[in-house]
Amino acid sequence: MCETCGCGDPEIVPVEVQERILSDNDAQAAHNRHHFGDLAVLAINLMGSPGAGKTAVLEATARAAGGRLRLRAVSGDLATDRDADRLNAAGIRSTTITTGSACHLDARLVHHALHHAPCSDCDVFFIENVGNLVCPAIYDLGQAANVVALSVTEGEDKPLKYPVMFQKADLVLLTKVDLIPHLDFDVDAVEDALSRVMPDAKLLKVSAKTGEGIDAWLEWLEVRRPARRLDAKSLDHHGHHDHSLEHGHEHSHEHN
Amino acid sequence: MHEYSIVGSLIDRVQQEAVLHGSTRVHRLHVKIGELAGVELDLLKTAFDTFRERTICEGAELAIDSVAAVWACPSCDRAIARGAVLRCDTCGRPARMIHGDEIILERIEMEAPDV
Repeated sequence: MCETCGCGDPEIVPVEVQERILSDNDAQAAHNRHHFGDLAVLAINLMGSPGAGKTAVLEATARAAGGRLRLRAVSGDLATDRDADRLNAAGIRSTTITTGSACHLDARLVHHALHHAPCSDCDVFFIENVGNLVCPAIYDLGQAANVVALSVTEGEDKPLKYPVMFQKADLVLLTKVDLIPHLDFDVDAVEDALSRVMPDAKLLKVSAKTGEGIDAWLEWLEVRRPARRLDAKSLDHHGHHDHSLEHGHEHSHEHN
Repeated sequence: MHEYSIVGSLIDRVQQEAVLHGSTRVHRLHVKIGELAGVELDLLKTAFDTFRERTICEGAELAIDSVAAVWACPSCDRAIARGAVLRCDTCGRPARMIHGDEIILERIEMEAPDV
């Protein structure tokens, strides 16, 4: 109670917190990042609008990669397994994270998926986010890089309309460029828009249909692959790693 | 509508602090939200008004301090004008965000327990 005047009102005290509201997600993302790092896996958070061509780009990536890169994926999907089914058919072992009504993946969902979709035997692990140009950008998943797929049919001004998403991107894949001859699409205009929202703007033009640009995209991935650790201290000979460091709970999952 | 999940995290955090300080009533939360945080302030308020019911935050006010995005050159500190290309004219280096992507719980005003 108030001790100043004895009025009987409760005393209100300010408690300083100064902490990111999503600090729980950040901690889980840091754990995922540690996990990917231990396994020397390049984790890519692939984002974009519904229909931007995220799955098609990954299918084309699998075709072009051949045996050069071992690829795996999880696909965030509100209601179906369709994307994961397509990726499995294309040779990317893949599972679905069913998000229900949630518009984005978070680090906890990805962590859970890693327990059912081990990634120790792959070079690149794609996290195909829910189709959405807003919400997924807010959540760190533990990825090494953010890649945004932007299709030519969406228009050149998308980066200006969705600056948060593009500001977080390490690379933008301009997809469906085979359609450009049929559209009034100005590549210079999209590059200009990107340069105003993305500090170190990088754009690769790709077509999943013709394969244009897919080699450059593969090269972009290859140069970012972490070196394999021959003396991986935290892995035993089965590829298991010590989860006691950061989890605070006991569990096991396959690394096969 | 990730504002709902942000509010969920916010209320959980406030609950932890209230328990820590032995408080059962929260009067006001101060949050700082950047222009480029990807959080719609009206939606955040609506989500808070909806989710605070029957939680430690019931009846509490959400005070939002919104922060404009500011970019500058990491080498020469030259500010980048709003809407301009995010690269320094002089140094040629990509700009760095000085502030504008905050999603921060700054302060909670809560009733102190009777001593």
